[in-house]
Amino acid sequence: MATTQTLTPAMERARRASQRRNLFYLALLAVGLVAPFLAYPVFLMKVLCFALFACAFNLLLGYAGLLSFGHAAFLATGGYVTGFLLSSYPALTPEMGILTGTAAAVALGAVFGVLAIRRQGIYFAMVTLALAQLMFFVFIQAPFTGGEDGLHGVPRGELFGLFDLDSNLAMYYFVFAVFLIGFAIIQRAVHSPYGQVLKAIRENEPRAVSLGYNVDAYKLLAFVLSAGLAGLAGSTKTVVFQLASLTDAHWHMSGEVILMTLLGGVGTLFGPLVGAGLVVSLQHMLAQSPLGNWVSPILGLIFVICVLSFRSGIVGEALKIVRKNFK
Amino acid sequence: MTFIKKTLASSIAIAATSMMAATAQAEISDGEIRIGYLADMSGTYRDLAGPGGLEALEMAIEDFGGSVDGAPIEVMSADDRNSADVGANTVRGWIDQDNVDLVAGMVASSVTIAVTNVLEDNDKLGIVSGSAASSITNEHCTPNHIHWVYDTYPLANGTAKAVVDQGGDTWFMLTADYAFGHALESDVEKVVTDNGGTIVDRIRHPFPTEDFSSYILQAQGSGAKIVGLANAGADTVNAINTASQFGLVQGGQQLAGLLVFLNDVYAMGLETTQGLLLTTGWYWNMDDESREWAERYYERVGRMPTMVQAGIYSSTMHYLEAVEATGSDDAQTVRSYMMEQPIEDFFARNGRIREDGRMVHDMYLAEVKSPADSTHEWDLYEILATIPAEEAYRPLSESDCKLVND
Amino acid sequence: MTMIFGVPVAVFMGQLMLGLINGAFYALLSLGLAVIFGLLKIVNFAHGAMYMLGAFATLLGMQYLGIGYWAALLLAPLVVGALGMVIERLLLRRIGHLDHLYGLLLTFGLALIFEGSLVNVFGVSGARYPTPEALQGGLQLGFMFLPTYRAWVLVAALVVCLGTWYVIERTRLGAYLRAGTENPALMQAFGVNVPQLITLTYGFGVALAAFAGVLAAPLYPVSPTMGSNLLIVVFAVVVIGGMGSILGAVLTGLGMGLIEGLTKVYYPEAANTVIFLVMILVLMLRPAGLFGKEA
Repeated sequence: MATTQTLTPAMERARRASQRRNLFYLALLAVGLVAPFLAYPVFLMKVLCFALFACAFNLLLGYAGLLSFGHAAFLATGGYVTGFLLSSYPALTPEMGILTGTAAAVALGAVFGVLAIRRQGIYFAMVTLALAQLMFFVFIQAPFTGGEDGLHGVPRGELFGLFDLDSNLAMYYFVFAVFLIGFAIIQRAVHSPYGQVLKAIRENEPRAVSLGYNVDAYKLLAFVLSAGLAGLAGSTKTVVFQLASLTDAHWHMSGEVILMTLLGGVGTLFGPLVGAGLVVSLQHMLAQSPLGNWVSPILGLIFVICVLSFRSGIVGEALKIVRKNFK
Repeated sequence: MTFIKKTLASSIAIAATSMMAATAQAEISDGEIRIGYLADMSGTYRDLAGPGGLEALEMAIEDFGGSVDGAPIEVMSADDRNSADVGANTVRGWIDQDNVDLVAGMVASSVTIAVTNVLEDNDKLGIVSGSAASSITNEHCTPNHIHWVYDTYPLANGTAKAVVDQGGDTWFMLTADYAFGHALESDVEKVVTDNGGTIVDRIRHPFPTEDFSSYILQAQGSGAKIVGLANAGADTVNAINTASQFGLVQGGQQLAGLLVFLNDVYAMGLETTQGLLLTTGWYWNMDDESREWAERYYERVGRMPTMVQAGIYSSTMHYLEAVEATGSDDAQTVRSYMMEQPIEDFFARNGRIREDGRMVHDMYLAEVKSPADSTHEWDLYEILATIPAEEAYRPLSESDCKLVND
Repeated sequence: MTMIFGVPVAVFMGQLMLGLINGAFYALLSLGLAVIFGLLKIVNFAHGAMYMLGAFATLLGMQYLGIGYWAALLLAPLVVGALGMVIERLLLRRIGHLDHLYGLLLTFGLALIFEGSLVNVFGVSGARYPTPEALQGGLQLGFMFLPTYRAWVLVAALVVCLGTWYVIERTRLGAYLRAGTENPALMQAFGVNVPQLITLTYGFGVALAAFAGVLAAPLYPVSPTMGSNLLIVVFAVVVIGGMGSILGAVLTGLGMGLIEGLTKVYYPEAANTVIFLVMILVLMLRPAGLFGKEA
């Protein structure tokens, strides 16, 4: 404890903060590990898949300041490619299917990215929306997606050819692991020098340009990363639910992920997780109740309230309170 | 040879089930029979099954006494919003969390195919009443579901054949672009060509579609005598209405609605629909037994039942009788017993369940009455002919179902 | 039969005619969007919902109040326009100083509320509104039988679009509006009540959508989701025309209707998608849109 004496108060605070953060991560990990014994695993898997989707989206909106209205395309691409491969080639193990699906989303992300990042603000949103609509058309027409019927009965298979994923518990831990990997990638990206530059671009693009940064390359990388992670979420979701359908490709899905992120907190690491958890729980609970059909107006109301009065989202507002009281 | 193999196989199956039945005696899981009703409760197909179908299901349970040997019967219901995604996940949740024994209803064919996959994985039973695709008991058959009311094969066999016989030998097909539309289109095509007609052209429209004007225009340009509508519910209604705005019939062409429900005719009115030929699995006014049940239904719901709603009652009764007789709610035990029992009630005549899960029964060719012939608001059809059960449906010899050994 | 690229002339011309009529709807809707975007810089995601409310106001007005089609043509836009003004005053104004993407998100939420609530009350299968008696029947154009009502839609939409264009380009009010679009602060300094102008503009844009809704009521089933997919197409139209450009919105609307009609002849499955393809191409070549000014 001798070293503590020599630390400046600022360093001491930083050390405490990182300690607190590690404890927090550990607690979350523990919650994730015991959760399937407390709640319905399929429901939890849905939350995790959408949380990963929302985290991926948040990487773009929260850290690069780009509002994409076409992220459903990546979710669906991952899902369809994985679903098609796993149904057609029974020898293929699920992780291979998921990796290929993710790779397809990365490739699509690169194409979208090149076309879209030259635009900003509303134009960027509209271009991504248009591109996603083109993909929606592809998904309806292409022979491998099953058109309006979608893909059904995708086998979950055996992970690495060893672990049977038919049991919901085994499947859950796999999804949890996928989520952690995705989350770790985002966390690393955000806290790296790369993430700092991204934030600088978000705050003041002309300044970043004048400092000599290749802004387009930074944005493109963020876009591709975000698309790939969204694809990973879609691929995993297809393995869990054993189906892929147009619901995931519809522009409403792009709207939903915005809501999740906004509700949880744009630009916070845990915001999308909280937002996805809340939205999926809400849908799940309402679907069972007589209010089943009121899901969309209630989501709309939350949207309006978020925009009007707490634009930092739940986690963002909570952080503000924490900072105010613990400084 | 195949015959001997078949009988042998089925007698082994029967022996096996009676053994299973003996061991599974009085095994009603957690002392309750849970039925999940899944249907489109708010969309395009709401009126043909929807809340009215749930009412029919509850009627069956009440008539049965509300319990089987002391085990209460519980019903839960959900809106699938015609989404395979929603349907499959709902049923998965029902099975995992609520231990549902039977899934009833099921309308949009794409939802049904997704749901029956889940049922097969979990070995639970489903009775499909609302769906039309004949592929449900053909390439998509499973040992875990039974298809009750009708399918696209008799629709084609009844309506399309009658139309071709009347001289309508060139067809333009307007098809809903999903499993059901495709199945109906291919069944119609077979019947039309087998009877010497031709399909001039076809167009597949998204499901659901609101604006049919450009398709109708194309149908007019095709020069076909008959415009076949291989769609259902609101899509059919929209197409017929648009056709009447664009003067399709005045132009000398004729519409053939291949799947038209009682509620569709009621909604469009006799003025628009008179003379329309259609095939139905049941009609409320076809005899005393049907009328008696239909009037009880009418008192509860305020509308006359469609064939789907009647079929839901009929199939639920048959299921509950099987549960009572076997003392079990195990899917395979109940299904085997249901297959052994012929079905003869207000709904089904000469009914039996085949090994592919198809419940075959007499079907009817009907014509929509003219306003002058109709005596009251629900007096809509005139039954022209009965299509015998064994001729109406796709013969097992043409089946691609994995359960049919040939 | 004479053929054009393997398609009978009658079908070809007919599809173009129907395309033009669809284009009239696009023009009306994108005009409203463009007017709103010009002054408020908001992409009004609730525009489809307002179109739908216009159709519902017509339907319910007839069912419960006995208001006929012709009265609805005037009343429904007024009612919906008033609702729009309330929305602007109570909600949009409060986020006017923020990034305009928040306006898009807020109106998206509003659209969900309106559509979702009406789904619960009326279902999605849609109700039918009768064609007004004076406009029943049809015209034999030689290449096609055109229902009179559709011809009326085309004429009515064009008249309203031209009227709007005239008001904005040739009147004093329009001059304020255009000046407000360029420089709101200066207008305020000149004593023009800019906030009031914004409220009126939003109300007017939304009323145009409601007017389109009234026109649509006898054509399509009146259902809560009728505007939601149309809206996405109209967005594309506005972007192609150049956001905020009045003339661009109208001309592009009609043009896109024609292109869609052509696609229906040769590749019907792609009819709903072709506009997005055009949009991407246009943005690659002319980032500000066909009629927009380079920002």
